[in-house]
Order: sequence, then C-alpha cells, then structure tokens
Amino acid sequence: MADTAEDLKQVLLDERHRALGGRMVPFAGYALPLQYAGGIVAEHLWTRDHAGLFDVSHMGPAFLSLAEKSGNADADHAAIARVVEPLVCGDILGLKPGQVRYTLLLNDAGGILDDLMIARPAEPGAAGDLYIVVNAGTKDADFARISEAAGGRATLRRADHCALLALQGPEAAAVLEGLLPACAELGFMQHAEVPWRGATLTVSRSGYTGEDGFEILAPPDEAQPLFDALLSDERVRPIGLGARDSLRLEAGLPLYGHDLDDTVSPVEAGLNFALSRRRREAADFPGAGRILGELADGPSRLRVGIRFDGRLPAREGAPLVDETGRTIGRVTSGGFSPTLEAPIALAFLPPEAAGEGARVTAMVRDRPVTGTVVELPFVPHRYVRKARP
Amino acid sequence: MTTRYTKDHEYIRVDGSTGTVGITPYAQEQLGDIVYVELPEVGRKLAQGDEAAVVESVKAASEIYAPVAGTVTEVNEALSGEPGLINSSPEADGWIYRITIADAAELDGLLDADAYAAHTA
Repeated sequence: MADTAEDLKQVLLDERHRALGGRMVPFAGYALPLQYAGGIVAEHLWTRDHAGLFDVSHMGPAFLSLAEKSGNADADHAAIARVVEPLVCGDILGLKPGQVRYTLLLNDAGGILDDLMIARPAEPGAAGDLYIVVNAGTKDADFARISEAAGGRATLRRADHCALLALQGPEAAAVLEGLLPACAELGFMQHAEVPWRGATLTVSRSGYTGEDGFEILAPPDEAQPLFDALLSDERVRPIGLGARDSLRLEAGLPLYGHDLDDTVSPVEAGLNFALSRRRREAADFPGAGRILGELADGPSRLRVGIRFDGRLPAREGAPLVDETGRTIGRVTSGGFSPTLEAPIALAFLPPEAAGEGARVTAMVRDRPVTGTVVELPFVPHRYVRKARP
Repeated sequence: MTTRYTKDHEYIRVDGSTGTVGITPYAQEQLGDIVYVELPEVGRKLAQGDEAAVVESVKAASEIYAPVAGTVTEVNEALSGEPGLINSSPEADGWIYRITIADAAELDGLLDADAYAAHTA
C-alpha cells in the first residue's frame, strides 16, 4: 500500500484503539484497527450474538443546510430536497421527519458514484437541513459535487472531524437503554438528535452488519467519553474493520469501490429498491435513460451471492467461468463466512447464469472452485422495524 | 535438531536430511483465523523460494515459500479438516509439509532463532 504511517490521518480514538490492542492498518487514508486481540472471527460472532462497537469516523458525515429558510417546515424540506435530488435516484422530498434513506449518487451514464444515507431531521425547527453520510474513499469528491450542485442555495458543513461510532448487534438497543434512553424510540432507518452530557449526538438506527444497531455521531470532545461509556458495558466489545467486512458480506451489503463503482448501475447492483417510484415515473435522475431501460429490458449483468462448496474462499477478482472455461463474470467481494463456516462471495454474472440455484465455477489460483448462486442476504437481517410513536 | 527461519516467517526444523516446514507463531498471529490450507503435492520438487503452499485466513490468502530446495515427502493432512491447527499449534501439530533437503548449504543463508527474533521485534 502506498500510504505510509506519516500520511495517515488519525481518528480521535486512535490512542484508545492502540491501548485496546488494535492492529492499526491504513484504510481510506486513515489508520484504523483491522482487529483487536481476539481476532476477526471472535469479533464477528460477538457482534452477531451481543453488541459490537465500531469506529467508523473515517466515513463522511455532513449536514446540508438551506441558506435561506422560510420557517415553514415542509416548504424548507422541499427546498433542500430539490437541491439534492438531481444528484441521486432516491425520493428525498418524500422523507418523513426523522427518516433515513439509503440512496445512490449517480453519474450521467447511470453509474454509481457512491452509496450514501440521507436523513431528514426529526425536529420541525431543523427542517431545511439534511444529514448525509457518504463513504470514506469518495467523500471529498462527493462533498465537492453536492456543494457545487447547491450553489448559493445551501451550505455543506462537514462533520468528519467528529467521531462516528456504530453499535451493532442484538444487544445494542439494551445497551443504549441506560445510556441514551431516547434511542429506544427510534425504529430502523430513523434518526434523532439525542442529548448526552450537555452535548448533542446525532443517532440513527441503522448499520452495515444486518443486525439491529445504531450509528452515533459525537462531537470531538465527546468521542472518548462516549466510546468508554459504551465499552464499559460487558455486552460491548470493540470490533475492527476485518469483522466489519465479513459482517456486511454475510448481510449481502455491497461495498463501494468493490461491488459498486462508476460503471455499475443500480439495476445491475440489485438495488432497485433505491429507485423510488416517483423518481422513476418522472425519469428525472442522472442516467435515467439507461437505468429505466435496464428496468424494462433487464441488465446485462447482475450482482449475486454465491456460496462455494468446500472451504477455499474465492476472493475479489476471481473470474467466474462457464463449462467451456470462458470468463462470464467476476467476484467483487469474497471471503469466509464465520456464521456459515463456508466461503461466500458477491459477484457479477450475466442474467442467464445468475438465477438462484445456478451452479457456478470460480477459478482460484488456476483451480476450479464450484458453488451455487443463493439468495441474498447470506445471513438473515434482524432489523427492528417499528413505527415511531 | 535445529530450526531456521525466513524473513517471510516460515520455519524449517531440520532433522538429518529432512526438513519440516510451517509458519511461525508470529506469522499465525498476523494472519489471524486460518480457514483453509492448500498443501503441496507429495513428490513435488521445490526450488528455494518457490510457492509451496497457500494459507487462507478470513481476511486474505498468503503464500508459503520453500525455505530451501527439496522434494516434498509428506504433507500434514490434518490441516484439511482442521486448518486452525496452524493458529493453535504452529510449531507442532500445525506443521505444513516435510521435504528432503537438496542442499544443506542453503540452510546457512537462513536466520537462526536469535536473528529471527530480532527480525520480528
């Protein structure tokens, strides 16, 4: 890797990670823990059974605020939605107060520039703002793109000097009950401003593991106290990037730069749910021609899940071949699933080879490894869906 | 019996003309949970530095190189069912393969225990 220790940015909790035995590695320009002393498999299984604490401060949280607010909440939300919607395929206008939506930043060819979260504040007084979280590797370009689109109509305020922590797992909600009681009211994909020691945290019930969980943006001064308070609960253990990757892979969630890039369309990526009905009918998002064509006629490739026979993982880049040995697709993320104790992968295949139950062959070091296309996710999601009272 | 080490964290334990090859405790710690081991074929002739085996951890695949030239005489079949032996017992039950050493002089170019300890310090 080209990064040297001197170039790497430090997260606020760098010292904490090192003190906990974190093995720090370069990732998206930051030094981050790959794993702690227990190892990736133990961390992975702990998150599935209890609650894992992830430092994802390398990501790109930001607030986009309307320059001139009218004071009418719905009108101000509509105005800020109009700023962002030309860049993405999601229904931002239709967000209810407090709602978080997964959407895609697209180029004019319908390729995915990033996948991101956009949220409308719960408090009517904050209408006209959006809380946005983008990927680490793309954040500078994304923020420039959003700022440029906003022109003088809105201002983007980056929050990536703060700490972004994710608490994930079946015991996450119980852990927060004592610490941040307001979080109990959140349903999955809802967010709120939550008071903490006189400061304000931005908490969304969301995550990247397939488990119930929360993502918490904390001001710099609160990073260590919050991290320590969460870790003082015996149900919580720190989890590194290694298990973050194996958890999201089991959950069938794509990773930008690997499963998604600027050539892949939402339809190819199997993310049709991110193409809102209103936007499809209006055909008013970047690359609508290609994307609506693929919806009508089918794409030329599809993202699928593959479970391999045996124990040898087929990793990113491994070609998928037909019975004549011709390359028909490629693995974009692959590894060993600690939950299933089997190798799994995300890959692209032509639609005719991508049906559930289809047999596939990957080449790993010139050796054929057979597997089956399976339904995603590999491990069922356990999100907590509940209506806001 | 003496043991020699490579800078790539293989060890070779020498017993007469036979060498037993595996990876060091430091290497298994760095790799983490091992889920699959690709073993060499018995009878295969290896030059020094050849890729002899592949160890797959949850995170990545790592090549295991031949510390010296020789012919593979035996492989640790137990690793096929229980690759985690490399984690739990890298220097004993988690050995990977045995070779007949072609040229004992090649051992002199490897690290001894003290030099290897300094290399990983």
